[in-house]
Amino acid sequence: MAAPFSWIRPEPHGVHVVPADAWIDPSKAVDRALVTHGHADHARGGHGQTVATPETLAIMELRYNTRDGATPVEYGETIRLKGGVDATYIPAGHVLGSAQILLEHAGERVVITGDYKRRADPTCPPFQVTPCDIFITEATFGLPLFSHPPIADEMAKLLDRLEAHPDRCVLVGAYALGKAQRVIAELRAAGHSQPIYLHGAMEKMCRLYEEFGVDLGELRLVADHEKDDMRGSIIISPPSALNDRWSRRLPDPITAMASGWMRVRQRARQRNVELPLVISDHADWEELTRTIQEVDPHETWITHGREEALLRWHQLHQRRARALAMVGYEDEDD
Amino acid sequence: MEAFAALIDALIYTRSRNEKLRLIAEYLRATPDPDRGYALAALTDGLDFKAVKSSTIRNLLKERVDPVLWSLSRDFVGDTAETASFLWPEPVGAVAQPPTVGEAVDALSGMTRANAMVELPRLLDRLDSAGRYAFFKLATGGMRVGVSSRLAKVAFAQAFDVSVDDVEEYWHALEPPYGQLFAWGADGEDPPDTANMPLFKPFMLAHPLEETVVDLADFAAEWKWDGIRVQLVHVAGETRVYSRSGDDISATFPEMVTALDFPAVLDGELLVRGNVQGGDANDLTQGGAASFNALQQRLGRKTVSKKMLAESPAFVRLYDVLSADGEDLRSLPWQQRRQRLEQLLPRLPDTHFDLSKVVEAEDFEQLAQIREGTRDDAIEGLMLKRRDSPYVAGRKTGLWYKWKRDPLLIDCVLMYAQRGSGKRSSFYSDYTFGCWDGDPDQGAELLPVGKAYSGFTDAELKKLDKIVRQNTLNRFGPVREVERTLVFEVAFDSVHSSKRHKSGLAMRFPRIHRIRWDKPVHEADRLETLRALIRD
Ligand SMILES: [Zn+2]
Ligand SMILES: [Zn+2]
Repeated sequence: MAAPFSWIRPEPHGVHVVPADAWIDPSKAVDRALVTHGHADHARGGHGQTVATPETLAIMELRYNTRDGATPVEYGETIRLKGGVDATYIPAGHVLGSAQILLEHAGERVVITGDYKRRADPTCPPFQVTPCDIFITEATFGLPLFSHPPIADEMAKLLDRLEAHPDRCVLVGAYALGKAQRVIAELRAAGHSQPIYLHGAMEKMCRLYEEFGVDLGELRLVADHEKDDMRGSIIISPPSALNDRWSRRLPDPITAMASGWMRVRQRARQRNVELPLVISDHADWEELTRTIQEVDPHETWITHGREEALLRWHQLHQRRARALAMVGYEDEDD
Repeated sequence: MEAFAALIDALIYTRSRNEKLRLIAEYLRATPDPDRGYALAALTDGLDFKAVKSSTIRNLLKERVDPVLWSLSRDFVGDTAETASFLWPEPVGAVAQPPTVGEAVDALSGMTRANAMVELPRLLDRLDSAGRYAFFKLATGGMRVGVSSRLAKVAFAQAFDVSVDDVEEYWHALEPPYGQLFAWGADGEDPPDTANMPLFKPFMLAHPLEETVVDLADFAAEWKWDGIRVQLVHVAGETRVYSRSGDDISATFPEMVTALDFPAVLDGELLVRGNVQGGDANDLTQGGAASFNALQQRLGRKTVSKKMLAESPAFVRLYDVLSADGEDLRSLPWQQRRQRLEQLLPRLPDTHFDLSKVVEAEDFEQLAQIREGTRDDAIEGLMLKRRDSPYVAGRKTGLWYKWKRDPLLIDCVLMYAQRGSGKRSSFYSDYTFGCWDGDPDQGAELLPVGKAYSGFTDAELKKLDKIVRQNTLNRFGPVREVERTLVFEVAFDSVHSSKRHKSGLAMRFPRIHRIRWDKPVHEADRLETLRALIRD
């Protein structure tokens, strides 16, 4: 019999499932990829076969213009891979279609979270705690200073500012996949029923969310409207457009940004943000550590983020952990 | 404390001056005494608590948080107070009301280093994260929210619709929390009695002359010196030295404090004798004898060494007198005040005072010639003062003009551009430019010599912005390195040697004079040209 867990091997370009010859979220093109979610750093193009949820596959099709090798798996569904490995896709609560992948082989269980959060999100089903032997987690916000406030508070801040400046607009920088749609859906939940204006780069992804049944209310394109139409409105753009020439067409925008990094004042100031909104699709420190305690694995592996602090936490709590030093994962605008 | 914490956070993210004024004014109106007074003092660095330092906060946290997690967090955030505000363990169970600013100030004033470690937690447990941040900043000083004391005074004036000159005058009479100031501003009570206090009186300022031509029958001319404008006040046996902004700089120039020993308010230029600019160090009469670099050395010091006092002694070249022997002279015409000033001079030690000479000229044209012909680098230009002008606070049109010497010009090459702030935040509007360190045809390099963000029209700004974007070589955060294609004709007032800059020099007040669209970059000036203009 092989040594325990020798069938799963972390490599710089992804986690290798050896008997199935499959890779989890590989950062280079491979024959068989199991993809947790549609963010570009996890879902690269050019794989021979891509196993993912239908939502993630649709997002990848939008980005790479091909469905070649697409193999859909529903949440809760288990598929049998080569070499006697079973893979089950479980909601991760990160963005539309995001999944943790449970791998079972020879009586051993490994869960790879991809990216995840524990807060409610109207655009995707919630994270499910899945007991396992090895828990492979992200640690994007893995420092004790990160504590994401309730999103309702951040929405109230945004709407208050909008109301105080009826002849201006609030321009919210938000990651085009996930963050933007969550912010829109939360604004609707907070009772904001006015049209919301979009930067052109946001349009297709919002439409895709709507096709999967996420109601985003009335959306308009900035390009189709005059400056004066947008006074008193919320505009959503990618973070990169916040200080771009593009923003000159807007009526005296108040610059906001929805990101977990906005917790740190200097980070917000560096980006010229006037209204920082601490909104993240990743687990904060409390969520990370609580999740590890609930999953209670034999060992934790950390893929990316601030792994040093999370390793220290494991040490302080007499838990086993290792950092995988993966390459190619970015979290700039989360 | 919640309102104060909210104010601090709002100010951190606000770049517009108007919006800052509005935020502070709103807070001052809505907040009771003494909180608003202490808040005002905290914003302008007017509070100092000896018991709490950055190290106190660190030690406090290391007793409660794993030191490794603390260090990793502190490294990420880059600010001890902010990190501590995040990592302070939330208390369990019922929590008392947050302390008011006044309560926090009282507690902090009563603390010693010995009991701070016990007293601080009691306050911190009653605050949320934003409150803890504001509290730490209050306790350790240095808010860094971009609020100068002038801005705070203007905000006060706006909040209660009173004159900022009055605010300026009364402010200095009082200590935090400025109870009487608010009683006067907010509740319309009598202003504080300032007769027996060595108070700052707002300066009378001048407009640039620009295209105006004045008749010398109505206007007198005197030199404008390149030092710092100061006001010396002696009341009830006490002397203070105030800077242009009304800051008390007596401790920086103690020799001036002892030099004035009778009741008077004097207006003049503070200069420092040192490496002479084209004059004789021992010539105590006029011209020369003043070194801007030596003055720079002495500015901003809270204490002055004996050596420095001996090597670079300060003196004041007098312009005006606001009061003498208890008599307020401000309503007298300039002509009469000037006479009074000349009469006072024998009572002042000539080691520490002289008189800024009136420049005699037949007519305006001759005056222009005199101005052109001046060789003294301590002269910034001319002042033109209406002979019948009273001494009034601020800038009144038609009374005083400043007529600066023509600026120096040099051709530089655009090297870097940075985004502006506020309305300009989508434009690359701050430019760094350089000169050649040798012959550009022989492989010389450009070295940055200065930075400017003014002197061009909006249309030119748009064009420049486009050029920057089309010629970007590298990006460093908000800064773009630009391909060397464009020459600026840069105007500046003077240039000095500087160890801090790679080029070895620093320009004063550089601004874009013209954009030389026509000029090839290799024809831009060399460093040696600029070096020849150095006056230290
Ligand atoms: Zn992600
Ligand atoms: Zn990620």
